[in-house]
Amino acid sequence: MKWMLLCWMLLAPWAMAREAQPMAEDTQVEARLVVIADELRCMVCQNESLASSHAELAEDLRREVRKLIRDNKSDAEIKTYLVERYGDFVLYRPQVKPLTWPLWFGPFFMLLLAIWGLWRYLRLRKNALAMQHTMSTDTSHTAAHKD
Amino acid sequence: MIPELGQFSLVLATVLSVVLGVLPLWGTINRNTVWQSLARPTALLQFAMVLVSFICLSLAFLGNDFSVKYVAEHSNRLLPKLYQFSAVWGGHEGSLLLWVLMLTGWTAAVAVFSQSLPLNMVARVLGVLGLVSVGFMAFILLTSNPFDRLFPIPADGRDLNPLLQDPGLVIHPPMLYMGYVGMSVAFAFAIAALISGRLDAAWARWSRPWTVIAWAFLTFGIGLGSWWAYYELGWGGWWFWDPVENASLMPWLVATALIHSLMVTEKRGSFKAWTVLLAIAAFSLSLLGTFLVRSGVLTSVHAFATDPARGVFILCFLAVVVGASLVLFAWRAPAVTLGGSMGLISRESFLLLNSVLLVVATGAVLLGTLYPLVIDALNLGKLSVGPPYFNLVFAPLMVPLLFVLVPGTVAHWREARLNDMVYQLRWVGLGALLLAIVLPFMFGKWSAGTALGVFLGMWVALGSLQHVVERIRKPGRIGGSFWGMHLAHFGMAVLVLGITGVKSYEVERDVRMSLGDTVTIAPYTFRLVDMVDVNGPNYKATQAHVEVLKNDRVIEVLYPEKRRYFSSAMPMTEAAIDSGLLRDLYVSLGDPIAGDTPSWSMRVYYKPFVPWLWAGVLLMVFGGILAALDRRYRRRAVSPMQTAGEALSSAP
Amino acid sequence: MNKKFLIPLALFAALVVFLAVGLTRDPREIPSPLVGKPAPEFSLPMLVGDKAFSPSDMKGKVWLFNVWATWCVACREEHPLLVEFSKQSRIPVVGLSYKEIQAQDQPNGPLKEADKLQLARERSLRFLQRQGDPYTLSVLDLDGSVGINYGVYGVPETYLIDRQGVIRYKRVGPLTPQILQDTLLPLIQTLEAS
Repeated sequence: MKWMLLCWMLLAPWAMAREAQPMAEDTQVEARLVVIADELRCMVCQNESLASSHAELAEDLRREVRKLIRDNKSDAEIKTYLVERYGDFVLYRPQVKPLTWPLWFGPFFMLLLAIWGLWRYLRLRKNALAMQHTMSTDTSHTAAHKD
Repeated sequence: MIPELGQFSLVLATVLSVVLGVLPLWGTINRNTVWQSLARPTALLQFAMVLVSFICLSLAFLGNDFSVKYVAEHSNRLLPKLYQFSAVWGGHEGSLLLWVLMLTGWTAAVAVFSQSLPLNMVARVLGVLGLVSVGFMAFILLTSNPFDRLFPIPADGRDLNPLLQDPGLVIHPPMLYMGYVGMSVAFAFAIAALISGRLDAAWARWSRPWTVIAWAFLTFGIGLGSWWAYYELGWGGWWFWDPVENASLMPWLVATALIHSLMVTEKRGSFKAWTVLLAIAAFSLSLLGTFLVRSGVLTSVHAFATDPARGVFILCFLAVVVGASLVLFAWRAPAVTLGGSMGLISRESFLLLNSVLLVVATGAVLLGTLYPLVIDALNLGKLSVGPPYFNLVFAPLMVPLLFVLVPGTVAHWREARLNDMVYQLRWVGLGALLLAIVLPFMFGKWSAGTALGVFLGMWVALGSLQHVVERIRKPGRIGGSFWGMHLAHFGMAVLVLGITGVKSYEVERDVRMSLGDTVTIAPYTFRLVDMVDVNGPNYKATQAHVEVLKNDRVIEVLYPEKRRYFSSAMPMTEAAIDSGLLRDLYVSLGDPIAGDTPSWSMRVYYKPFVPWLWAGVLLMVFGGILAALDRRYRRRAVSPMQTAGEALSSAP
Repeated sequence: MNKKFLIPLALFAALVVFLAVGLTRDPREIPSPLVGKPAPEFSLPMLVGDKAFSPSDMKGKVWLFNVWATWCVACREEHPLLVEFSKQSRIPVVGLSYKEIQAQDQPNGPLKEADKLQLARERSLRFLQRQGDPYTLSVLDLDGSVGINYGVYGVPETYLIDRQGVIRYKRVGPLTPQILQDTLLPLIQTLEAS
């Protein structure tokens, strides 16, 4: 009898154990929050996203964003809401506008320029070497073979 | 007494670096071999003096000498001995002394391991390194002296930032600095070559092992930083495109391009000017990194607390060193000869493409990192450029790079035929394609991005494997270069697969747990079984005991903590990680939640393939070391006949 | 052929120029997008009395809106200056007590709204009694939502608002005699004249 009681007492907490509840009240809202907040900057931190920062202002801003998500605002509207109050600085993904065209299109043009340069270089090189070869003396002929 | 000795040694070292920077170089101009021969002993003596200085600072820390301001700011009586030592480089002044120790260390190493080099080259290389040392030592003595005294002497120091009280942070900066500073050797070789006009295959052969070792250290340092951030910061991220992280990635990208370019210069005498430019760029980016971290110009979690005055000094130093190098380049490079011929499709052109892609990637990272500064300087406002930009811009550049890697290793020198290469690589391509289509299904959702990542990783891995197998079948010795190259490439593949895996399939659960509660991320279950209080040497902590179950069997117990260091108000999270071959299980303890039953917020992560990130990095590091230790670099001095022949072939 | 070897040098020179200018800038100083826009509406309880205050109550006047809190160390730096200013100047200073009740005041879980309000009032009034009261009136923003509408991210912050209710100037950080002299007072003069 006694050991049955003992078993019950030991098992009781585990009997009440359950699958842990998510911290968030609404997982759908939270999922959207994380995606949006990942691209927003914590205004009081030394370079951290709104999603990961523990700062108080970050908590407050996440609360605001949750409110906006529940009001069925789109991602763009939420970002605009924050930019109206904190400026472009709050966006980790800079908006594509004339001010940021060099930023967004720069790498692509750099690549084009580099590939064009590469092509031209290989072409010019071929011609230069051909010229060098026809004008060659014995020395440069030997050198080419040494390679 | 000891701090005074430390400062005095440093002053002596500075004088020696002036001697090293001036006399041997002057000796090469007026052909004074006595002055040239001063280079080696001066380099060694310089290193010895800086070592003494460093030891003095370390003794000040270990002896709790709080009369030294730097010690009082970064140490504490309760700090464990290991961290009292690593605190030496925990702040701006001390980390600069570490930098200088490594710089003079590399210089001394070059002095010792350069027996096969002609004296005038040695004199030039060591001379350039000496000049660079002068700059850094002057910076320390004039603006950032770690030996400054403090009066009145405090009874106890402030303490090392709790974030830095960690073994990862003990080795991460030294390894990183070894890499940064190592780039100065390639730089010195390049400048020496430009000065002497002796830009040839021999120069490339001398330069290469030094560059590869520096690259290996840099790879290791960056990897360590990433790993540390992953387990220390508490939420499993490992790369944030923070300006300081970018400052370490940029020299790495250029150094990778440099290693591959040196290959061509060594083998065919081509790309000399481009290789020299890359060497200058790699070191310049190292210096730029130093500037960005210590000047306060960019906001970063890594930035040292400094003032703009120091920033001005570094900027001037940067301007002088790089400016002079680029002037020298513009003057001397046009006279450089073209080297061998190469077809449009050849190993050379593939390696050139490698250079191009890496340099464009570096340019993109530089653009993103500095754009906010440029816009602000033009008075056009303040904006942020963060991970969304970098991820979007960097990844597409890596795709062609990884693809081109495999044909690049099989292409013939001088002239390669596309059809032959396609035929040679047909199984590699098909295999990679098949795995890319099938594997994602095995781990979860299929997506084009995941498939692309798997394809590229498998493409490189299978390509390396095939190449190695084919080569083993043939007779003849296989050098360290070959093994090193394939090991490093294979490591890259593992890294790519790791990144693809973790980004595609990681799962996070943010839950509230009471004792006995469980949370499941199939096939693992996490159960909170206990919560205890723990006393550390300089902190108090709440420690959770979390059982990890798979198929109802307990496979591991994890102990995440929340620590409160006595010296800091901010609580620190110590995550608990269970690492396996294919995945990490990561648990992070949050704050207690007010309520009737005690409960806490917990973050539980399933991170597949994360161990592959670190494995990939380690493979790359070992690959680099193997390649650098190839026997042919340790050959004895070349015969005079050979030297004459090489000199002739590089004559303008 | 020769000129292209100067390209790296030219690019580098441009870089150095930008970095040099960058040294003179503070990367943490963020300009506010609210300058030139109407001051966001709100209705908050005042420190004293039962009435609520709203910015439209100040229409027709030029006024200063100062964000502060008793826990804010930097606010104490500017407080004497504010007190001095309020004595000498005609224009009213309205205070916004921002998030007076912090996490450490609620170790056993969140307090009731009424209790928060009371505690905030007591603490703030005590502070003003001791340090001097520059404010015509002060309102309480306990949860920080009005602060968010004003783009507040670092206390103290100060706004200058004109007769039409448009924000004309924002200062993040404590006011200094320099800023008062060189920027604020001239601007106040201009706005008052209109």
